[in-house]
Formats: sequence, structure tokens, C-alpha cells
Amino acid sequence: MPSIEDHDQAIARQPFRKQGGHPEHGQRHQPNEHSQDEDEDFSDGIVLRTENLDAYYGKFKAVGGVTMALPRNRITALIGPSGCGKSTIIRCFNRLNDLIEGFHIKGKVYYYDQDLYDKSIDPIEVRRRIGMVFQKPNPFPKSIYDNIAYGPRVNGIKDDLDELVETSLRRAALWDEVKDKLKTNGLALSGGQQQRLCIARTISINPDVVLMDEPCSSLDPISSLKVEDLMRELKKDYSIVIVTHNMQQATRIADVTAFFNARETDEGGKQGYLVEFGSTKQIFQDPQEKTTKDYVSGRFG
Amino acid sequence: MQRIKLCPISTNQMSTNQNQRVFDSPAQGLTRAYTNARSLFGIAMTALAATCLIISILPLFAVIIYVIIKGINRLNLDLFTALPPAASLSGGGVGNAILGTLIVVGIGALISVPFGILAAVYLSEFSSGRIDRWIRFATNVLSGVPSIIAGIFAYGIIVLTTKTFSAVAGGVALAVLMLPIIVRTTDEALQIVPQDLRWASVGMGASRYHTVVRVVLPAALPAIVTGVTLAVARASGETAPLIFTALFTYFWPSGIWDPTPTLSVLIYNFATSPFQDQQELAWAASLILVALVLLTSILARWATRKSIY
Repeated sequence: MPSIEDHDQAIARQPFRKQGGHPEHGQRHQPNEHSQDEDEDFSDGIVLRTENLDAYYGKFKAVGGVTMALPRNRITALIGPSGCGKSTIIRCFNRLNDLIEGFHIKGKVYYYDQDLYDKSIDPIEVRRRIGMVFQKPNPFPKSIYDNIAYGPRVNGIKDDLDELVETSLRRAALWDEVKDKLKTNGLALSGGQQQRLCIARTISINPDVVLMDEPCSSLDPISSLKVEDLMRELKKDYSIVIVTHNMQQATRIADVTAFFNARETDEGGKQGYLVEFGSTKQIFQDPQEKTTKDYVSGRFG
Repeated sequence: MQRIKLCPISTNQMSTNQNQRVFDSPAQGLTRAYTNARSLFGIAMTALAATCLIISILPLFAVIIYVIIKGINRLNLDLFTALPPAASLSGGGVGNAILGTLIVVGIGALISVPFGILAAVYLSEFSSGRIDRWIRFATNVLSGVPSIIAGIFAYGIIVLTTKTFSAVAGGVALAVLMLPIIVRTTDEALQIVPQDLRWASVGMGASRYHTVVRVVLPAALPAIVTGVTLAVARASGETAPLIFTALFTYFWPSGIWDPTPTLSVLIYNFATSPFQDQQELAWAASLILVALVLLTSILARWATRKSIY
């Protein structure tokens, strides 16, 4: 298998295309080529791509027909009302859903040009490259130092751990607050600090993509802003995918936005689908779908 | 002054309802009335519940106090170091039974702790829904098995095949009793560890083995220690399964494949003996056993105090 750098070269030449609609209902929404301003430069290529992705919990289809392509070194926001499958989709990207009994997908998920659900793929290696930050801060009940050192240790990284811990904490903008108490338990930190610790922990193994599932939903506004600043800083080196309920947050930080909605199924359950996918500017200022327009203008959700 | 009426809302406004109470101001009539039927009933029920509580904890304190009174006058160094004397003689101690109890319970723990914890790890972390429901059910059944059945089992598979009563046979019988307790408490302890934590670990590229060993087990450790301690406390007091597995001797334990005296069997044998010295020793041994169980329970509490989740 060629190295990632080779992929970059190959993929960088492909133009970023906005896609939308859900194929089940035909091409309701054509790929839309307008409003390609200067600040919507997605020339770094595509890092993650789904093709007609259906996600099932047992026989229940939670999300259907998702096709989208996420640009590299940018922040992609997944927005939409509760129960529309945003978290399910984000967990497909690092195969974390594998841990849920009965979960399976149809369709394809590509990381560069590698099918992530191919039989030959080791999910552990996938998660090593595609890290994740969770909704609720979940530091291990270990010291701050051991929290950061955990990833490198289980991945057999023999580097200077002290230095790695410091770098990771600095990049997560937490170093100055904790440098004198690295041996204290991570659970003793405040909620905002815990979440930045979790981000530091995720980037300690230097992943390529960082997935964030509502990382600010349990934080106060000031801590949230800190985490947002951090994300802007991190996107220089990482591709970031974030699930958020907060539309202001999406407009503040995301370059690209995917809007999901849920519809009632015949069996009475709710099934999520991708309504529209495009640059954040376009989704919020010039949505093509009526549901998107209603949602971003606060008429429902 | 504003007048206020208290009556059920369904009552017709015009009716002259007996329940209706009329006050001159909103704050009137808030004082406690001890004489009305409702208050008296409340007081009576509280008193009844309190009495039942006292009656139900009375036996506990009565047992402990009785054992202390009966056993305390034999509490001396000899009790812990000397062998029990031959039938009609006086003096001596139960040193051999203390050591024997430690050996038999130790063997039981050595067998049941690793098996129990690993079984619980499989149950909680690796098995799938349909199997683990049956295993949990089986564990519950096993924990309800009378202890004498565990004794017969050990008698059948160890004593009859090795043709000797032994500490190992006793240990196996106790292990059968300890196993479900350890599996259940460990299983519960592991379930309490938040799913988030496993996901965080797996999300870092850790294998499930790493996740269990480095994150889940350490997080559940205090609760697991509590479970093991409680199992040990329960096993150390068991008599029935030891009577025909470890048997009893008047001498120091000579090896794990030989008959071994234990405190509980010593109490069983001596308490009903016609000799006063043996009866006294039985009481003293009871005191030691109660203290031992109390000590392990306190230890278990102390371990949970530091629990993480």
C-alpha cells in the first residue's frame, strides 16, 4: 500500500465538489458549483468520503444514503436536530460503532482512497489515525501525565514521553494551567480543562483526523470558546469533523457544513438523512433546500 | 381581612361541605395540631417502624455481646498459639484451627479469585447479549446452592479420588461458594465503569485487551477488592462444606493434602462436647471468627471508600 503522502499528491489534484441531497429520492439537489469564493479554498483535497452510506443498529436503519466528501485540513460541521444520526455517522469514520452489538453499514466510507470497511482493514490502526473527542469529557481515572501518555504507550511509541506530554498539553492550551500538577488525577480538573485534556490525549498520538462529537455541549461558554480557538489552531495540522447542536458554533468555526434531518419511517421510527452539504457560508446564507433554510433560520429543531 | 376557604376543588362552591375549613387570613391555621387523628396516626406508625427496627437489629448485637461475654475469659496468648488439649484436660488453644482456616480459605481464594475475575471480565467485556444472560442466570443459581451441596461436590471429586480428607478438598468446596460472589460483584463493578472510558481508550488505537487491563480493571479495582473480601468473609465462616472435606484434627496442619482443622468445624465439634474446657474454647473460637469476619467487612468498606465510580 502506498504511503499517505502519495495519496495526498494524488488527491490534491481532485477539485473539491459539493454534494448534497439523498440519492434515494433521486437527484433532488444537483451538485452546486456557484459561490466558490476565495475563502472557500478546499484545494488540500479530500480526507474522508462516504458513498451512499446506510447505518444500521440491528435491523433498524438509523441513517440512510449519506454521500459526502470532507476536505482535508478543514473543519467540517455536522448539524441537525436530535436523532438525525450525526453521532452515528461521525463514529463510522473511526469504526467506533464496531463496538456496538448489531451495528453494521451498507455503502462505503473512504479515508483518502482506502475503503475503511474493507475486510483487510484493522480498526485499531484506523483509530490510531482518526482520533476522537467525546461529548462528555472522559479522562481516564489516572494522573494528567498518564492520561496523555496512555495513547503513546499502548501504541508502543518509545519517544521521550515527558516531552510528548508537554507538547500535547501545550497544543491543547492546557500546559500553563496544569504544568505544576501533572501527577494529580485528571478527574480533579474542571469540566473545560478535562475536555482540553481529552483533546490533548487525542492529539498525543498525532492522528491525521480528529473527530469531535459535540465537544462543547457540557461546557460553559468561556470554556467552549477556548475549545473553539483550539480547533482553529489545530486545523493547520489536522482535519477536524465536529458534531454540534450549536449553529453559531458551526458558523464560527466550520469551513464546511453538512445538515442532517430525520424523517418518520413506516415502522414509526426515525431515520436520519443528509439534506444538504456545502460550504458553511452557503449552507447558512444561501441554502438550497427548504428544510435547511427553516433549520438554520431557527424555524424548527 | 381576606378570608380563605380550604376544601377539595371538586366540591360544589354552594354546598355546606363538612370538610370545608374557613380561616380569617391565609396564614391562619398553620400551627401543628398534635391531637387530630392524622397526626396521631403518623406518630403511631413512626413508633411502630422504629420498634421493628430495634427488634430486627437486636439479634445482631445480642449475638456479638453474648459471644464476647462467653469468649473473652479465654482470650489469651495460648488461645492463638497452643493446640487444643485432649478431651478431659484443661488449657490449650485453637492455634491449629486459626492456621487451618487461613490455609483452607487461602486455597479457596487462590482458586476462585482468578477464575471469578476473568469470568466476569469475559462476561462484561467480551461476551454477546444472549450468552451472558444465561451465564449470569447460572451464576445466580450457583450462589443460591446450599453450602452443604458444595461440600458434597468437593467430597465426591477430591476426597473420594485422592482417598483422603484434605485442605485442598475444603478449599475447593469454599471456592465453589466464593466463585458466584466474586463473578457477580466483579461483573457489577465492571458494568459501572462508564462506556465512555472504553470508547476513549479504543478511540486512541488501544486494543480491547489494553483497554480492559489498563483502563477498565484499574477503574473497577476498589469494587472488585470489596467483592473478593466479602467472599472471603463468607467462606471463612462456612462449616457444612468443611465437615466432610477438610475434616478436623487436634494437631497442626501437616500439609495441604492432609486433614486440616478449621475454626468453624472446631466450634461445631467442641460446642456440643460434654467437657467444659472444649466448650470454652468453642466460645473463644467463635469470638475470633466473628472478629475475623468483622475485620474483613471493615476492610471491604475501607476499600470501597476509595471507589472511583
